Amino acid sequence: MSQSATAGLAMEPLDFQTEHRPAKTTNVSGMERLASAVAGGVLAGWSLVGGRPRLLPLAIGGSLLYRGISGHCSLYRALSINSARSASPAVGVRARHGCKVEHRLAILRPADELYRSWRDVANLPRILRHVVRVEAIDERRSHWAAQAPLGATLEWDAEIINEREPELIAWRSLSGSQVDTAGSIHFQPLTHGRGTLVTVSLKYEPPGGKLTAALAEWTGAGLESRIKEDLRRFKNLAEAGEIPTIEGQPHG
Amino acid sequence: MKALCWHGKKDVRVENVPDPKILNPRDCIVRITATAICGSDLHLYNGNIPTMQSGDILGHEFMGEVVEVGREVKNLSVGDRVVVPFTICCGRCFFCQRELWSLCDNSNPNAELPAKLYGDSPAGLFGYSHMMGGYAGGQAEYARVPYADVGPLKIENGFTDEQVLFLSDIFPTGYMAAENCNIQPGDTVAIWGCGPVAQFAIHSAYFLGAERVIAIDRFPERLELARRWGKAETLNYEEVDVFEALKEMTGGRGPDACIDAVGLEAHGTTIDALYDRAKHATYLGTDRPHALRQAIFACRKGGTISIAGVYGGFLDKLPFGAAFNKGLKFAMGQTHMLRYMRPLLERIHQGQIDPSHLITHRLPLDKADEGYAIFNDKQDECIKVVLKPGAN
Repeated sequence: MSQSATAGLAMEPLDFQTEHRPAKTTNVSGMERLASAVAGGVLAGWSLVGGRPRLLPLAIGGSLLYRGISGHCSLYRALSINSARSASPAVGVRARHGCKVEHRLAILRPADELYRSWRDVANLPRILRHVVRVEAIDERRSHWAAQAPLGATLEWDAEIINEREPELIAWRSLSGSQVDTAGSIHFQPLTHGRGTLVTVSLKYEPPGGKLTAALAEWTGAGLESRIKEDLRRFKNLAEAGEIPTIEGQPHG
Repeated sequence: MKALCWHGKKDVRVENVPDPKILNPRDCIVRITATAICGSDLHLYNGNIPTMQSGDILGHEFMGEVVEVGREVKNLSVGDRVVVPFTICCGRCFFCQRELWSLCDNSNPNAELPAKLYGDSPAGLFGYSHMMGGYAGGQAEYARVPYADVGPLKIENGFTDEQVLFLSDIFPTGYMAAENCNIQPGDTVAIWGCGPVAQFAIHSAYFLGAERVIAIDRFPERLELARRWGKAETLNYEEVDVFEALKEMTGGRGPDACIDAVGLEAHGTTIDALYDRAKHATYLGTDRPHALRQAIFACRKGGTISIAGVYGGFLDKLPFGAAFNKGLKFAMGQTHMLRYMRPLLERIHQGQIDPSHLITHRLPLDKADEGYAIFNDKQDECIKVVLKPGAN
């Protein structure tokens, strides 16, 4: 993914000189343009320092810079992404918007037990590694706090929009939150004593745009990797009663 | 406490480190009375296993006395004497429920690492890289044992440490290698390697009804032990063509089952072995599967290849066409320890075997680094090193 992103961006300065092209519309949001321009400027500057200019970083840096200044990204156009449409004080995530992550895992426990364990929000900070705390406001609403990159904390309120014991729980963030997210967890009993198939799906608006989300995924810091790890922790806790750890053990 | 720490290729040191603590409710802490260096520890020593970190405590063959138990451990008490299996297993997942103990789903805190390399994660292991969980090992004065209500075997009769220590890995591992051969009356089993696991595989093959066992190595003392203690016939691969000799000895048919008790650091004198060494030396290959290739080539049609030696990465020039067209069966993997520990303790109890016969070197833990060097270089006819914490 990141490779195609690089290739698409690197092509941009060449395209710029071509004539008879439709007008380029702005499809990159304000914050993302600033980030793109700064990163591009730094990269392009670095590529010119020292002896021979480094061509690939120069091309990438230049195109990021252009992307930031012009607000147009051909890769986004190719992918039909537009992060410039102003995000309204959304409830959850609008249709065909944001990133969607889905992951499944079979857990050798009955569905009703897993359902109850997830439904009790007090259990969730232990399972979800980046969630610092969850406080129930009432039966359906809860307040969430999670660690974000660079030591920041994100907070939001969420409400349960659908629940069918012991099959499914669905939720979304409420307006005025720092995070726009919607998600669900399904519990599907398996035959022949194979436990329960648990499916988590999550939609969210990545703070730095989809490109940032793709890069984060590539480095293993993205939401998809987190969901995988967290679902495994849920399984560890449900099956073994604890989450395996080596934090705090001796070493030389 | 004192512990043997890994710092890089051929760099292990006994250091003072903090004592282990209970970290989870199903943990216990064991004061170690005896621990051994395993042939597979030499793969770590020689830098052949990825995801090691400087300072990691090694050792996965250990036993001792329980000194502390977590609140969920009901079957052990302080003062119990236990042998700890090298694989860590929760006892409750899909795999543990099917007695596939070494494939436990819930014992590797770094499960996503092997999942990337292997497609899924096997059980966590003591002292065997971060890909396998990063657990501190047992070449130390104390060790933390996770899921202590499942793994450790209580030793209640008056056995010495040396009689039962090898129930922690190599005796069950040798036994499973033989069991995987599905031995039928009249069968001939060939075993590549005459190291400690192979020695137990020889005994186990006879326990399970093999008529003949042929053991292959190049070190005279190991071949001698296989003949004298194991009652095996032996082949020195530096002196004979192993394939021709095996064909000859089995009327042209080949051994009914072949055990690879060598693994990823095989040595050999044939062209493929030299090719492996060249690739390995130039970082173009990970594993050197010479023994496995030869086993596949020599095995009789419809026979079984049982792999006990450790492999970690990608195998080159494996004669898969031979395996397919001869209709071979393969069985392999880390040992499902809990299937074997108690029955094998019973065999020791009945006097069918005395595992302590294997020990050639006894050293205090302080000299563990010396033990690694001696074992790695096969100095002084070394076959098995046992370390005693607390001894001088």
